[in-house]
Amino acid sequence: MNIELRDPKKIMKLSKLGCFHQSKLSFLRSFLKEFKDWKYNRDLFDLDDQGFGRAVYSFSKNKRIYSLVCFANKINDEERSDRVIATKWDAAFALHDGIPTKRDIDRLSQNVPKQEVGRMSYKELTLSRANKSVRIFNHVVESLAEGKQPDKQKLSEVGYLYRTTAVYGSGKFGLADRFRIKNREEIYGPFRLEMMLVYLVRQFTFDQVNHIAKNKNPKAAVELDHEICRNLGIGNSTGLGMAPFIVNHPALLNNWVFARETALKKIREIKKIKSEDAKIFTNCLKKSLKNVTSWSTESEFQKNKITTLISDLNKFLNFLEKEFLFEKDFAFNEIYLWIEKNLGDECIEYIVSMMMEPYDDIIEPLVGKMSAEEDKFFNIPTDKTIADLRSILENKYSEILKIDFSKKESNQNFWFISKNKEEPRLADRYSDNGSELEQPLAIARDISKLYVRISNVKNSLKVGRFLIENNDLRHVVRRVFITNLFPYAEIQDNTIGSKLMPIDMLRFKLSFFGAIKFDPRSDKWLRICMFQGAPLPKDLKSFDDHWVYNSLN
Amino acid sequence: MRSFSEIDTTVKRASKGVGFSWGVAEEVGKNIRLLEMFGLPGLKNLNQYFKNIKQKKFQNLSLISKENTSKIPYCPIVAGTSFIDQINLAEEQKEIIIENMGFPILFLPFLSRASEIIGKRIFMNIDDKDFLLNFNQSIYSNYLSGAIIEKANIIKIKFLENINSFDEKDWQEIYKLSENTFVEETEELKKSAAGAGLTDND
Repeated sequence: MNIELRDPKKIMKLSKLGCFHQSKLSFLRSFLKEFKDWKYNRDLFDLDDQGFGRAVYSFSKNKRIYSLVCFANKINDEERSDRVIATKWDAAFALHDGIPTKRDIDRLSQNVPKQEVGRMSYKELTLSRANKSVRIFNHVVESLAEGKQPDKQKLSEVGYLYRTTAVYGSGKFGLADRFRIKNREEIYGPFRLEMMLVYLVRQFTFDQVNHIAKNKNPKAAVELDHEICRNLGIGNSTGLGMAPFIVNHPALLNNWVFARETALKKIREIKKIKSEDAKIFTNCLKKSLKNVTSWSTESEFQKNKITTLISDLNKFLNFLEKEFLFEKDFAFNEIYLWIEKNLGDECIEYIVSMMMEPYDDIIEPLVGKMSAEEDKFFNIPTDKTIADLRSILENKYSEILKIDFSKKESNQNFWFISKNKEEPRLADRYSDNGSELEQPLAIARDISKLYVRISNVKNSLKVGRFLIENNDLRHVVRRVFITNLFPYAEIQDNTIGSKLMPIDMLRFKLSFFGAIKFDPRSDKWLRICMFQGAPLPKDLKSFDDHWVYNSLN
Repeated sequence: MRSFSEIDTTVKRASKGVGFSWGVAEEVGKNIRLLEMFGLPGLKNLNQYFKNIKQKKFQNLSLISKENTSKIPYCPIVAGTSFIDQINLAEEQKEIIIENMGFPILFLPFLSRASEIIGKRIFMNIDDKDFLLNFNQSIYSNYLSGAIIEKANIIKIKFLENINSFDEKDWQEIYKLSENTFVEETEELKKSAAGAGLTDND
């Protein structure tokens, strides 16, 4: 049976992308698999009684070494902020390529805590900072110092000790450009070094609370229980900075979604489902319910989504138990057709993720194809004709061409870069200043303009000649030809309309990171948790690949 | 040190900031990154050019001909964008002359990328400075001073055919030496060492 890939015009709608969940393809899971046989070490741990100081953690294999350099700083409570406007953090981190010398660490100590206003070198690969969860950190330290474990219920409500507020890579602030490291096999998957940084930061947070508790009460203090550690992740607070990324990297966006869609297609094409695979699917699904029921948020938008998800999951489990037999041919295809007919997008995408769990043989080869060499597709094929351009627009952008941009609400928002933080922001075109400095992220509007512009142009005219008078639309002409090569390269929606929910864009990207428990704090930023339930570095050699569903929370 | 990624992003924004469209600004960002990667002073030249365009006028070269002349210096960015957009037509000219171009170093990366697109080396001469553009993999040049070049009186562009830099005699001599690594086959080895079946006519 040949199953068609799902239609990009439906999948690439923002409301659909905003329903994606973590899966076996997610970067933090593929990172753990790749680095499971690397040697982990804590090379330096030089903190004072209160937990301030430096630490270095490393992963090494053969001659390759990656070292996380940590700086824990004293800051006042009123200085602590998750927002990008903050200038001080409880801890700051850089992932160094190799073993840092004392000179490197001294250099980094002058720069890493300053984050955006510091300067890194080509020897540093990623950069981040994090704040303590005030709700939890002190409680954990106090409990351990008193010789007891912290309240699991309290821990469960938060899920982490520290929250990162940004993770930078790829040449930002002087960090190594990607071309220097892109041929390293261990980092073929996207964001692998960002994942490594976050993972090692998680370990640092455990070591730090143990250290402070021990110094507080050397005789009575106990260490944080191994299972509690495993069930804590690292929080992340993410704002709009992430949203333009998926617009600005069309080939990469395609490769992520294409991997997911290919996995689904291949799974639906399996004729006979082995009973052990059916069991893995059902077990993961049932265990994962804990992650959904412990998903706490104050956002009404997300609460509604969770309620629908739980209700749909119950409906599906009922169907699975009472009406469904895995013995029938193409059982996963049957399941897919049923969920598409009976459930909402949030649950459909949840189950799609779950279907991947039994199939390492399908997923592993796809993981290696999720990076992209975007520069390869930068040049516009200017010898193509207007007829070619028109045909691609009509075939690939038909949904976008339906949007009526003469309406005010279709143009409601504009994206800009803030002067003080150089970060992307979204504002109202009709009530805020700055729309004349709009970023080129209104792809749907500009595609519509292009379509109108070529309406009276001769079919035989070469694109190169067309551009002489129309370079104002050059950025979208380039995209059209990229989209023609990659089916899932373009968001099939209006990124400036009045109904835009920017967190859909954030959530989509974070789902590929492997984040869970999306907690929108507004329509423009959200908190998430990463690596909750993941094995600790010392347990990496052998761990259960379905750890995401083994969390106690 | 600024990373190439920072250079690309900042130059793109600066180019938009002085009035180029986003699409052209993207080209300039990539180009300056390329020049800096090849060790050529792209950012310095661009900075000076952007200072100049506030005061001076530059001519747009939209259609690339065999000979292009202007009393006002050509804008290297518009000329370069036109050149890369019309590269298939330009290549048919074999040689192109552009008289009076401002900041010709900024024109160079467009040619370097064009060399990759057409799969041919391009030779460019800017007055007394020579540049050999090798499929966008490298730039060979006698321009090493890193100085800003504000103007080129004459730019000559030549599309080089894909021929080797050596003659048949050189090749034969090198090939002869390579034969020192081969093993002379006996009749027995001819039968057994190739791996094919003994009957090759069935």
